[in-house]
Amino acid sequence: MENVNDLRDQLTKTITRPIEKIVKFFITASAFAAILISISIIFTLLTEAINFFQDPAVTFKGYFTATRWTPTFQNPEYGVIVLISSTLYIAVIACLISFPLGLFSAIYLSEFATKRTRKVIKPVLEVLAGVPTVVFGYFALNWITPNIIQRFIPGTGVFNALSAGIAVGIMIIPTVASISDDALNAVPNSLRNGSLALGATRRITSLKIMFPAALSGIIASFILGFSRAIGETMIVTIAGGQYPELNLDPRSAMYTITSSIVNVSLGDTPHGTTAYNALFALGITLFIMTFILNIGSDYIARKYRKEYE
Amino acid sequence: MSNETLITGKKAENAIKESLFLFTLYICVTIAILTLMTLIYDVLSTGTTRLTSDYEVGLITKIQIDNPIDFLTTLDSRYPDRAGIGPAFAGTVWLMIIVVSVTFPFGTGAAIYLQEFAPKNKITRFIELNLTNLAGVPSVIYGLLGLAVFVRLAGFGRSVLSGGLTLTLLILPVVIVASREALKAVPDTIRQGALALGATKFQAVFRQVVPSAIPGMVTGMVLGLSRAIGETAPLIFMGALTYVNYFPDTPLSGFTAIPIQVYNWIGYPQAEWKETASAGIILLLGLLLIMNSLAIFIRNRYEKDL
Repeated sequence: MENVNDLRDQLTKTITRPIEKIVKFFITASAFAAILISISIIFTLLTEAINFFQDPAVTFKGYFTATRWTPTFQNPEYGVIVLISSTLYIAVIACLISFPLGLFSAIYLSEFATKRTRKVIKPVLEVLAGVPTVVFGYFALNWITPNIIQRFIPGTGVFNALSAGIAVGIMIIPTVASISDDALNAVPNSLRNGSLALGATRRITSLKIMFPAALSGIIASFILGFSRAIGETMIVTIAGGQYPELNLDPRSAMYTITSSIVNVSLGDTPHGTTAYNALFALGITLFIMTFILNIGSDYIARKYRKEYE
Repeated sequence: MSNETLITGKKAENAIKESLFLFTLYICVTIAILTLMTLIYDVLSTGTTRLTSDYEVGLITKIQIDNPIDFLTTLDSRYPDRAGIGPAFAGTVWLMIIVVSVTFPFGTGAAIYLQEFAPKNKITRFIELNLTNLAGVPSVIYGLLGLAVFVRLAGFGRSVLSGGLTLTLLILPVVIVASREALKAVPDTIRQGALALGATKFQAVFRQVVPSAIPGMVTGMVLGLSRAIGETAPLIFMGALTYVNYFPDTPLSGFTAIPIQVYNWIGYPQAEWKETASAGIILLLGLLLIMNSLAIFIRNRYEKDL
């Protein structure tokens, strides 16, 4: 037996050429790049954000309690609450649009649609998901605002939270719909058939059997949609305007975290200035918010997958 | 699943409820589809006037751009009817070349390692967790990362190279996941057959498994690329929004890209700019349509062979 093993070792040795080692090293390194990217994101955001808080004009308390965000003014104020509240406000409007539309589309697709309709609607949703956000921004500013918002709510400004929120909502419909659809499809067919066999109608089956059974997956899709709405940049930058003070009027302009990152970076912000460092402080604020949501979504999604495996 | 369940329901009230429910579902799906159609119709109807010969032509030289070819090759201008998308189009082509040449080796490499070679341990699990999280990081954050790492640290400046590398980081997780799916779809019999015939693990993977997964990998790459060329936010940090009105000639030259140019044009208040911006969007959507069709074509053409 030993001879055979020796022979095999010798054979494999002659076959292992240096090129194989190089290739193996390369692909291993590529995989580990994922960790490297994560570390460098956290590292760069943190170091520059720490610089930001070391500036005497900025205080940790001011960052969380001031009610104005005016980093490029003479007397700068850095009230991130203004930005966080606007971000959440627009994200909530987006969710009010995308949750029902996305979820009901998913229920239709998985419970009612024939194979042929599915084949038509799925690609349409994929196309909607592939539209660049700058196009949605254009649509919000040049179509939704004049044709819907200003028609039904006269006196609304050109830039307003409502049209930005609606456009963000439309953008995340495909996310919510496709993940909810997957969740509904993951529910074993026996549950659906059992319910129908007991005489439940398709509406009852969808709402009382399938929906609760897929609930964790659906919640995961909602959280992910919310997270995407928070991180969305171009739509809110183009259509949401910049209103640097605390306000909760959907007809007025607002200033989200992402749009202020863009606007601060457009101004004259040389390396090392407080405004430049503020970009990274905002960056890490945004990163933490979306990170927690993504982890939560992933955790819930993982849990439900186990349930039916 | 026949409609009889509806009819044999105990009460007529139930049947009404059923119809109402189905109606609500129809409405929701219809709204999603109608929005997409409205968006496309609005862009087309505004933009095509800009690209068809409705404009007067100057006596000696053409002073207005009135056809798609001129629009694609002309420089930007202060006047909306003379503005072309040439530099931005060239910038996007540059970005695509850089993104593909960096993303494809790294993305497929990482996928091959994770799918075929990686031991099932905590480190592998951690890499996978990292990939899922990276896919959910907002694109502006990649812009900040690119600004700190490529523009400042590596010293590439605000160049097309920095932009391309930033977009690479952005789509790398997407491409890795898609390539893994492609590898997963290769039947295990191919691996076992190769090993049984005496191939080493390495030979089995690189001579049998990877070649049959290539179409799927290319599809994933094309889809990732189509996401990259539509991205606007990360490129803003690469200085792509300053008035760049020349064709980039080296990887280190300044650049602008189609979505950035469109964003720029949207920002002008005059109504004529709206047409120019729409024309830019038509080009962008056209590019995406071509790339997605290509991906679908590759998928349908080659996946039958497996």
